[in-house]
Amino acid sequence: MKRGLIWLPLGAFALLFAVVASGLVRPADRTVRSAMIGKDIPTFSLPAMVPGKPGLGSAVFHQGQPRLLNIFASWCIPCMAEAPQLKQIQQQGVEIDAIAIRDTAPAVRGFLQRYGDPYARIGSDVDSSVQLALGSSGVPESFVIDGQGRIVLQHVGDIRAEDVAEIVAAVRNTR
Amino acid sequence: MIAEAGLAALWFAAALAALQLAMAWIAVAKSAPGKAGGQIVTDMMAAMRPVAFVQGLLAALAMACLIATFVRSDMSVLLVAENSHSDKPLLYKVAGAWGNHEGSMLLWVTILGLAGGAVAVFEQRLERRTLVATLGGQAAIALGFYAYLLFASNPFTRLDPPAIDGQGLNPLLQDPGLAFHPPTLYVGYVGLSVAFSFAIGALVTRDVGPAFARAMRPWVLGAWIFLTIGITAGSYWAYYELGWGGWWFWDPVENASLMPWLAATALLHSVTVLATRDGLRAWTVMLAVVAFSMSMIGTFLVRSGILTSVHAFAVDPTRGMFILVLLGLYIGGALALFALRVGTVRAGSTFELISREGGLVANNLLLSVILGLVLIGTLYPLVAAMFGVQLSVGAPFFDKTIGPIALILVAIMAAGPLLRWRRDALSPLLTRLTVPVAVAGAALIVLGTLGRGIGVLSLLGLAFAAGLAAASVAPLWKRDLRRTPLFTWGMVIAHLGIAVSLAGMASDSAFKRETLVAARIGQPYHVGPYTVTLRGITPTVGATWSALQAELVAQRGDGAPFLLHPQSRFFATPPTTTNETAIATRLDGQLYTVLGQPDGQGRWQLRLWWKPFVTLIWLGGALVALGGALSLLGRLRRERRARERWREE
Repeated sequence: MKRGLIWLPLGAFALLFAVVASGLVRPADRTVRSAMIGKDIPTFSLPAMVPGKPGLGSAVFHQGQPRLLNIFASWCIPCMAEAPQLKQIQQQGVEIDAIAIRDTAPAVRGFLQRYGDPYARIGSDVDSSVQLALGSSGVPESFVIDGQGRIVLQHVGDIRAEDVAEIVAAVRNTR
Repeated sequence: MIAEAGLAALWFAAALAALQLAMAWIAVAKSAPGKAGGQIVTDMMAAMRPVAFVQGLLAALAMACLIATFVRSDMSVLLVAENSHSDKPLLYKVAGAWGNHEGSMLLWVTILGLAGGAVAVFEQRLERRTLVATLGGQAAIALGFYAYLLFASNPFTRLDPPAIDGQGLNPLLQDPGLAFHPPTLYVGYVGLSVAFSFAIGALVTRDVGPAFARAMRPWVLGAWIFLTIGITAGSYWAYYELGWGGWWFWDPVENASLMPWLAATALLHSVTVLATRDGLRAWTVMLAVVAFSMSMIGTFLVRSGILTSVHAFAVDPTRGMFILVLLGLYIGGALALFALRVGTVRAGSTFELISREGGLVANNLLLSVILGLVLIGTLYPLVAAMFGVQLSVGAPFFDKTIGPIALILVAIMAAGPLLRWRRDALSPLLTRLTVPVAVAGAALIVLGTLGRGIGVLSLLGLAFAAGLAAASVAPLWKRDLRRTPLFTWGMVIAHLGIAVSLAGMASDSAFKRETLVAARIGQPYHVGPYTVTLRGITPTVGATWSALQAELVAQRGDGAPFLLHPQSRFFATPPTTTNETAIATRLDGQLYTVLGQPDGQGRWQLRLWWKPFVTLIWLGGALVALGGALSLLGRLRRERRARERWREE
């Protein structure tokens, strides 16, 4: 066997390694961004999710006050993880409304008792129709909406501790 | 507690792997071929087997602990909360343990540890120093993957406060067949690690020869059988569970399982040349390295989420980088060792072009070309992305490039077993091939005239399948069947299985009929020889799902009508809709029905397929695996007899 040929497999593998490594280091942007940013939220009216707390209609986002809209579900583990951060955001004076996706009243009540309840209103979206109309593809997701019903920010995935400042700032700046 | 016990077992296993690697290194470095070295070296060599065995047991214990947390629905374990649910049937709780990234990696490592343990317990033929080096190689691989689990992908992480209940297992995976699909495939993938470690061991101790090949062959065969079963079962699962009517999608995850299989198939044949004729030394060692490398690359491609696939797995670049670095170390290291050491591997014996060896070399080359094409097709989107182009390589590329090469391979497969070792001539070969060629020719003429509009590739596929079937059984011709060795039977059945499978593939692509209708209740629709009528739609419930179920009445000509019940299922945890196909299997094919969405005006989308002889695809796969099993049994039995005879003398 020729000397050069012996090193060929290693060379081929090095090439493969380089391709794959570069693909990993510079991963494609897989986040699904809403085409709705900068646009008005769709008109909707969702019934109350739990007794004693109002449901959610799009009208509330047109009352001049910027609000945070959180899309969650009791069956979603990252939603449990982001609960403390939502509480923090609420304590900084941000009003938070929520849409619960494909959920039941007892499950949501249990969730709120366990992980805290930062929400002013919770609408029940049993078939994800409002979620889809908002351009959201999963739970949890959060939207900052200015007082005129325009979406200014979309946060995909759970809100981590390091995201709190950005979201609070986004709400304050739209004021 | 159970979770912590599992984590502790994992740490202990990692420590033992480190010890195993260190002992192997010292023992091999301080001893010379044929000589044992000092007392300490002798002690270390003696300790290798028990250490490797216990390391495998500890890994299995960790896996058992993880399964226990799933069975007990311990929602304080993050992995359980994310992937299981207390309402699930026991089977899916158990399967949930490996139906996720961390758990499946633990299963991977467990099988790796157990494979090393099995080598330690059962391997009697390998020269002692080579065995020590082999177990050292196995420990080196295991150590890296233990580190991966412990530092980047801990399956035992706690969730505080615990979840009330879990998120559920992906409904597509809630299928009894699929519950055991990943373990089967993993035994195949990871079983190839033994061949890899054998190659490393033999390179380190410069012990590449027929004895080494005979020792390695059963391990390769065993892994290959599991891979064959895993791929066949996975293909059937995709066929009936996804509801797309296809049986192979050239999806990256499928390719990831096909590539090690191709390499292992080539290895299986070249190792026979090495064992029987002491030829193809360097090439066999190379293939042993490549086969497991393909397993690791496959695992990496699937688990890093670097390629987009219907098999959606979590995307995590950090973990991807960790595995990639491990791959770089192991594959790069092995290839470098190969390049440095292969010069010292004496050239084996030579052979003529037209000979059994020649046929096997051609087989190896073509399998390698197919392997290369699959690899390129799978990775091309990644390369294109480097240049800013988004694209996907689909079935058309693979069908067009691989189809013709596979047909040439089939032709060589037909001729190979009819060739003599070392030297043969063309004219007697052609005489031996008369019947198969005649069969293929007849099939070509009959199908070419009867079935108009069949694609060239499908037509050739059917003809080649017929020829290969005839050629496969030819080695049994005029032989005393009771005295024919079991491994010859194995080869015959495995090759026949390929012919059967090829016939199924070609028949499906040539003759399938498809109808997509917006069906009204009571209206008959035709597909192939069948008339299908939608009689009604009723809601129905199962343990973890609710569904809309169609009642279809199917009738073939004037035959007895029968019912089919395809469903559109809704799973609550996590919320997902799946299509449950309803399939009627007949001797000459399958009627395949899928219920789609309603159109709101009382009509329902229905997809109907008539797939003639499609079942042959999986029947063929099962035959290939059976052939492998017979061959393995035959080899082991012959070796035991040889050992017994040797003892008597």
